[in-house]
Amino acid sequence: MALTYTSREQIEVYRFSLPIAIMVPLLAVFFQVFLPLRFPFVSIFDLPLLVVIFFAMARRNPVAGLLTGAAIGLLQDSLTRQPIGLYGIAKTLVGYGASSLGVKLDVESIGTRLIVTTAFYVIHEIVYFSVARGMVRLDLHWSWPHELESAIANAVLGVLLFALMDRLKQRA
Amino acid sequence: MGRYRNVSILAAAIFLQVLGLAIQVKRSAENKSDRLIRIWAVSAVTPFEKAIVSVQSGVSGIWHNYFYLRGVRQENRQLREQIEQLQLEQVRLQQDANQAHRLQALLGFKEQFIAKTLAAQVIGSSGSEQSRTVYIDKGSRDGVQQDMAVISAAGVVGKVIAVYKSASQVMLINDHDSGVGAIFQESRLQGTLKGNVSGELVIDKIMSDEDVKMGDKVLTSGGDLIFPKGLMIGTVAKIKKGPEFFEVTVKPATALNRLEEVLVITKKEEREPVAPGTSMRAADILAQRLPSVPDKPANPPGTSATGTTVHSATANGVNPRLASQNGSPQNAEAPQVRTSAPGSSNPSRTTTGAETSAGDVSNSTTSHIVKPATNANPAPANAKLPAPETTAKPVANTSPSQPDTAGDSPQ
Repeated sequence: MALTYTSREQIEVYRFSLPIAIMVPLLAVFFQVFLPLRFPFVSIFDLPLLVVIFFAMARRNPVAGLLTGAAIGLLQDSLTRQPIGLYGIAKTLVGYGASSLGVKLDVESIGTRLIVTTAFYVIHEIVYFSVARGMVRLDLHWSWPHELESAIANAVLGVLLFALMDRLKQRA
Repeated sequence: MGRYRNVSILAAAIFLQVLGLAIQVKRSAENKSDRLIRIWAVSAVTPFEKAIVSVQSGVSGIWHNYFYLRGVRQENRQLREQIEQLQLEQVRLQQDANQAHRLQALLGFKEQFIAKTLAAQVIGSSGSEQSRTVYIDKGSRDGVQQDMAVISAAGVVGKVIAVYKSASQVMLINDHDSGVGAIFQESRLQGTLKGNVSGELVIDKIMSDEDVKMGDKVLTSGGDLIFPKGLMIGTVAKIKKGPEFFEVTVKPATALNRLEEVLVITKKEEREPVAPGTSMRAADILAQRLPSVPDKPANPPGTSATGTTVHSATANGVNPRLASQNGSPQNAEAPQVRTSAPGSSNPSRTTTGAETSAGDVSNSTTSHIVKPATNANPAPANAKLPAPETTAKPVANTSPSQPDTAGDSPQ
């Protein structure tokens, strides 16, 4: 069984088989919680976010994008000790934004992917911090240099990962 | 309406999550939890983590135990030499420890000892820099409970904050919601150690005129009732001086970002320390160590020239309570205890240590002030006699469990 998604005729729309649609996000969350124990520097990456951006841009369907973002975000939230919904809200918005952008832009090129991923990482962090501070009153420290550094690192990794995950795409 | 379909769904999804967050924030204030979704998530992820950690440990064990044995012979020789040196040092330290235990026993200090631990493997983290937690592979079916302390061979790690069937979530001591009672080993200053947003360990509110040095060891104070006293936390790495307070940054003894195996303290015991291998009674030690108590008073106890009596439980350097500490009260030697406090209806009541109730013990240990009765300034008949208005050395138990009934104390 495959999940199919529709979009404008002139833009190629991709679909993913159900096992891929389930296993890839699960693996991303799994590596996100497992790898930092062995390699602490990995905590700078947000693998679930990269997966959300990739799926959303490939499917080019805002509803599918936001639902994917919400599901992955909530799963990520439930493994932290913080209230559930912080990552959920941030990734819902990113999923919606990435799929909406995918409808209008050619997101297959490396340059576009680099810029889009950097931008969405920053948006994700801003939303996360805003909700965490505004609603949950978490004491978080915002540092622009750290966020930009992380955004670029995630974008570079994203370009590599997207190239790998392109092989999982099926034309709708 | 179809035009706004996507935006409407987005708004609904966001609204639902915001609503969920609001409910959780409200419930967390009422100490409720949102366990179901977390149980699902943990159940989905931890089996993979356990499997990988298990395979990794197995492969690593086979490699290191059967193949990669280069330098083992030399290392073995070095370790043997080290053991010999440590054995010598241990003898010296043992004597110091025994002495410390005896003194603690004299003062009646009760300490928490680690009675039982459970080894656990760290299988995952939260994956978020804002939530410094790890998952371990032991849960409720292994006897893990919330708020249990988690340590490693090097020092303190954190405490259990959520328990699932076969896994538990541990909040590390560098999480910004964590708090550990800490004490500086040298200066004995106490404070609360917290994590900051950068994941550093910080003790603030240390008065800036206090003596804190770089490299000072920081231990648990036991004040948080989670961690037993005396566990290593780390060393002072940075001291930031403010106008009134120091902010001391502590480098953790345990590598909190590279945890592999930890110990969960599943059982603590509260007991008075006992010096191992010593058969000497605490009362005897007390008699030796209180030079101000005369060996043989010039006047018989109870009719002292100084007037009213000190409680005579210590007249011969014997405190019935301490005597009974070395064994059960029934087996303890029963010293004669004479109490003749002024105002007491029975000034010459005689009892034995074995019969002494808690109230009696307290009575016998609460009166330390010696007041003159007939002669305001008598010349001491014996140089060893305590002078009037002298406060005798306290031998009282500091344990809060002992009732303090000072009704019979001399006024």
